[in-house]
Amino acid sequence: MAGQTLYDKLWQDHLVKSREDGTALIYIDRHLIHEVTSPQAFEGLRLAGRGLWRKDSLVATPDHNVPSHAGERAGGVAGIRDEVSRIQVQTLDENCNDFEVVQFGINEPGQGIVHVIGPETGATLPGMTVVCGDSHTSTHGALGALAHGIGTSEVEHVMATQCLIQKKMKNMLVRVDGELGPGVTAKDVVLAIIGKIGTAGGTGYAIEFGGSAIRGLSMEGRMTICNMAIEAGARAGMVAVDQVTLDYVKDKPYAPKGEQWDRAVENWSRLHSDDDAVFDAVVELAAEEIEPQVSWGTSPEMVASVNARVPDPAVEADQTRRAGIERALEYMGLSAGQAIGDIQLDRVFIGSCTNSRIEDLRAAAAVAKGRRKADSVKQVLIVPGSQAVKAQAEKEGLHEVFTAAGFEWREPSCSMCLAMNADKLGAGEHCASTSNRNFEGRQGYGGRTHLVSPAMAAAAAIAGHFVDVREFVAVGETA
Amino acid sequence: MKAFTQHQGLVAPMDRANVDTDLIIPKQFLKSIKRTGFGPNLFDELRYLDEGAPGQDCSKRPLNPEFPLNFERYQGASVLLARKNFGCGSSREHAPWALDDYGFRAVIAPSFADIFFNNCFKNGLLPIVLDEAVVEQLFEEMYAQEGYALTIDLEKQQVVKPDGSAIPFEVDEFRKHCLLNGLDDIGLTLEDADAIRAYEKKRREQAPWLFDAVK
Repeated sequence: MAGQTLYDKLWQDHLVKSREDGTALIYIDRHLIHEVTSPQAFEGLRLAGRGLWRKDSLVATPDHNVPSHAGERAGGVAGIRDEVSRIQVQTLDENCNDFEVVQFGINEPGQGIVHVIGPETGATLPGMTVVCGDSHTSTHGALGALAHGIGTSEVEHVMATQCLIQKKMKNMLVRVDGELGPGVTAKDVVLAIIGKIGTAGGTGYAIEFGGSAIRGLSMEGRMTICNMAIEAGARAGMVAVDQVTLDYVKDKPYAPKGEQWDRAVENWSRLHSDDDAVFDAVVELAAEEIEPQVSWGTSPEMVASVNARVPDPAVEADQTRRAGIERALEYMGLSAGQAIGDIQLDRVFIGSCTNSRIEDLRAAAAVAKGRRKADSVKQVLIVPGSQAVKAQAEKEGLHEVFTAAGFEWREPSCSMCLAMNADKLGAGEHCASTSNRNFEGRQGYGGRTHLVSPAMAAAAAIAGHFVDVREFVAVGETA
Repeated sequence: MKAFTQHQGLVAPMDRANVDTDLIIPKQFLKSIKRTGFGPNLFDELRYLDEGAPGQDCSKRPLNPEFPLNFERYQGASVLLARKNFGCGSSREHAPWALDDYGFRAVIAPSFADIFFNNCFKNGLLPIVLDEAVVEQLFEEMYAQEGYALTIDLEKQQVVKPDGSAIPFEVDEFRKHCLLNGLDDIGLTLEDADAIRAYEKKRREQAPWLFDAVK
């Protein structure tokens, strides 16, 4: 018998029951909730007279609607100016109170973007099944967990039964071997992967990211990669457990301790694909060939290297693809053949569940240190992913580097990634963004998003247009 | 959930690939705490010429005359014909809620994104996967013939064209069963409560740290 993949093992460990019709009941260990996709689920429970199956499996925090501006944020939930946003956050408060769910409230030390606080507190752990009514739940797969986004009906289903009805996905291995060049980050790797396989390339699969370049990444880098598995069409992305994982998880507030830790480590040591495991699909990339990436279109697969040019739809043979490129260029206000480096930026956003962790902020600060944003750039938002990230950054003095550069230091929230709070692009504005989606209108009505790494975003903020961060040496160094 | 057995309806086009859920229902409308009322904001940024806000009376907003759903011939459409990777992006169930609230009962496309596909079945909305060439043919016929309607028979798993010819489609047995009978799958899962408890007991012994509460 062939060996098992990491996904096969995680699936097997959580299988409650296989049904004759090919579906299975899969047990869920951790259920993260936020204010946007949970109210209708709680309402559904109330209407049916049902309760939570295991209330201690849930962890809640408000992130999508909360203001990033310190002044507005200081007023707590009651201070949220947008009435509909305020009602949604209040509703989460009420539901957590009524159903006795642990919540890291708006200005509490544990608050943050749900996919940042899970790993950083140990609320999400290796070997777990993790769900959330949010497609970027795949982030937690970096821990060697089976984690994916679900819709609100499934949120209600997990609340009431602790299970999901699922069909097993297929296995895909994305292997990135070699060594990444200086200035090339996890974000560039995942954008290059999506550029290669397309936004539907992973549909129906659970993706395991492997190879020496992935092994060489920090946990935060692996989270950035797994976060965007969904942008390649895969509900779940994951990385095998190794020493990097264990070093990261150890001593996290909700990680097992003492004898429990030893037992857990033993259990987690098998969370990797066997040598003879068979994957349904294998995709390979050479780390040395990956350059800093910039998205030019309205789908995450529309990416190019920073030194490349915007593609010409006329040379695209496939009619649907050609129409897609033409529409994207029109929306983005770009012309075929234009150099990526000629794209001028109006705003820059560094944040989101993809890139708002401490290493992301350090990378941005290293570029910004001793420099000023370009006058042509109206606003540079730095939005830490959690209260803990914010506190750590302030301890390191990163906030002072940012403010000295003319960047704005904000409060933890999803912010301009999807513009549900007050942070948004104006129509026609170009934004260098460390978030995950460049869809039409995503960051604001008519807004134009370019997905990049934190270092590339900071360099673009300084230059006013895209530049190759590898040629952007730190102040005081010589080229 | 409302049942889906057989449906005959006017077909309307969404003629572009990779339609994401942000496009289906933009983020400002996700602030609602209800499951209903999203229909007027379906495809909001394509459908209207201005920027929409929650709670607005959409009947007074300027319509985009170039967007097919605003064409006279597609008024009352209940079957959406789409291109590949329909529903990609965010997991928001507000996307199928908006399609349902508008009046769509089925979406036909060469492929769908996983989470959206799954969410449809929970809401009595039937996503149907057909070969790209077949979908292309349907687009051509729909454009050529005003009032083009299709009959969707879930029991027989076929799409019947106006000329009476039938195109078979695949659907998971469990999902078909739930849709045909309008079943609440939470109730079905709770019939297996003993199996869930037995699993928990075994798992708690193997990996007790998984059951530690976050405080």
